[in-house]
Amino acid sequence: MPHDHTDHPHALLPPEPALRVKALETILTRKGLIDPAALDEIIDTYQNKIGPQNGASVVARAWSDPAFKAALLENADPVLADLGFYGRQGEHMVVVENTPNQHNMVVCTLCSCYPWPLLGIPPGWYKSDAYRARAVREPRKVLADFGVTLPEGTAVRVWDSTAEVRYLVLPMRPEGTEAMTEEELAALVSRDSMIGTDLPKVPA
Amino acid sequence: MSRLHDMGGRFGDGPVVPEAADAAVFEQDWHARALAVTLACGALGKWNIDISRHARERLSPKDYSRFSYYEKWISALADLLVETGVLTSEDLTGESGSSPHDLASKALKADQVAGVLAKGGPADRPSDVPVLFAPGTKVMTRAIAENTAVDGGHTRLPSYVAGAQGEILRLHGTHVLPDSNAHGLGEAPEPLYAVVFKASELWQHPEHPDDEVVLDLWQSYLAPAPAGREQGV
Repeated sequence: MPHDHTDHPHALLPPEPALRVKALETILTRKGLIDPAALDEIIDTYQNKIGPQNGASVVARAWSDPAFKAALLENADPVLADLGFYGRQGEHMVVVENTPNQHNMVVCTLCSCYPWPLLGIPPGWYKSDAYRARAVREPRKVLADFGVTLPEGTAVRVWDSTAEVRYLVLPMRPEGTEAMTEEELAALVSRDSMIGTDLPKVPA
Repeated sequence: MSRLHDMGGRFGDGPVVPEAADAAVFEQDWHARALAVTLACGALGKWNIDISRHARERLSPKDYSRFSYYEKWISALADLLVETGVLTSEDLTGESGSSPHDLASKALKADQVAGVLAKGGPADRPSDVPVLFAPGTKVMTRAIAENTAVDGGHTRLPSYVAGAQGEILRLHGTHVLPDSNAHGLGEAPEPLYAVVFKASELWQHPEHPDDEVVLDLWQSYLAPAPAGREQGV
């Protein structure tokens, strides 16, 4: 595999990013190497079908069903596969549980690894230099950027996704939700709470 | 000794800016196209995930820092397409014809997308490398966070954790080694562990004495912790 070189071929394409993408898409389509209809299908999948609602339904079920939660924390892959939440960028899942003593937060400092089948495509901030650089060194200051303050007695454990294992945070179930259905509970679970930069909404 | 993508712990990046829960999945239409073109080209079978990550990391430091996220994707993709011989420089400048390509039969079709995305690409493989560490074992990471086989090569050992002592938290099984797979040197599967480090082992000024960082690290990144260093996790 070629390595570092100074004359990167990408410089031959138009510099403006939207035009650069369009130019490459056009070249590849003309040669029959990509199918625009397949691109539309990929985009539709991540825009409309796969997203944080998947993860929220898993969290709500874990809050409601102790046996499900135990199985999920023990070995997530078969449990998630049963629900149809398996696939690209979610082949090896680990679910980590928040407790009064420990808050979990997920980052990928080297790129932007993220559990796509459960949360979809990562938000811009997750892919930002600021989050990638700071989450491991000063997670509490990063949480403050999200308006989250943890109790003094809660330790933070940051998971840096350096391999093909993907992490989902199981937040703590808020007080006052004992009578809620799974569907109602799922509505309390924000995307960011499953990354660990938010806490579930407390019902009014 | 490192590249710009290896930014964990870096100072000076400013605040993280959260997004509204109902923000668009793709901020710009071309972001969506960049992602889709990249995924579709993966189906041509000319590279693996480690090769494509390394292509982004090999963008020059100047390009890596000035490009937005999906600009990195599309630019690294163009580089890979030429490096692997799928396209030529003349193709990129529009100076070649548009006759069908030898690889056109491999192009991802719309009706294959759902199946391909659902199937994924698992990274666990059988391996005869013996598992050396059990949960609870104290380990040290390599002192130099570089690829040991290829100068400037791909590795998933971040520099902020080089030479640090941690403790094995769990064994994930045996996984493809990116340091090898990114360079066409074979998948070389070996044990992969979650390893927990005290924040105070990594940072001069940790925020809280009980905070920890966990990384997924391959066995060849690790050695048994030397005796007498028991104050770690």
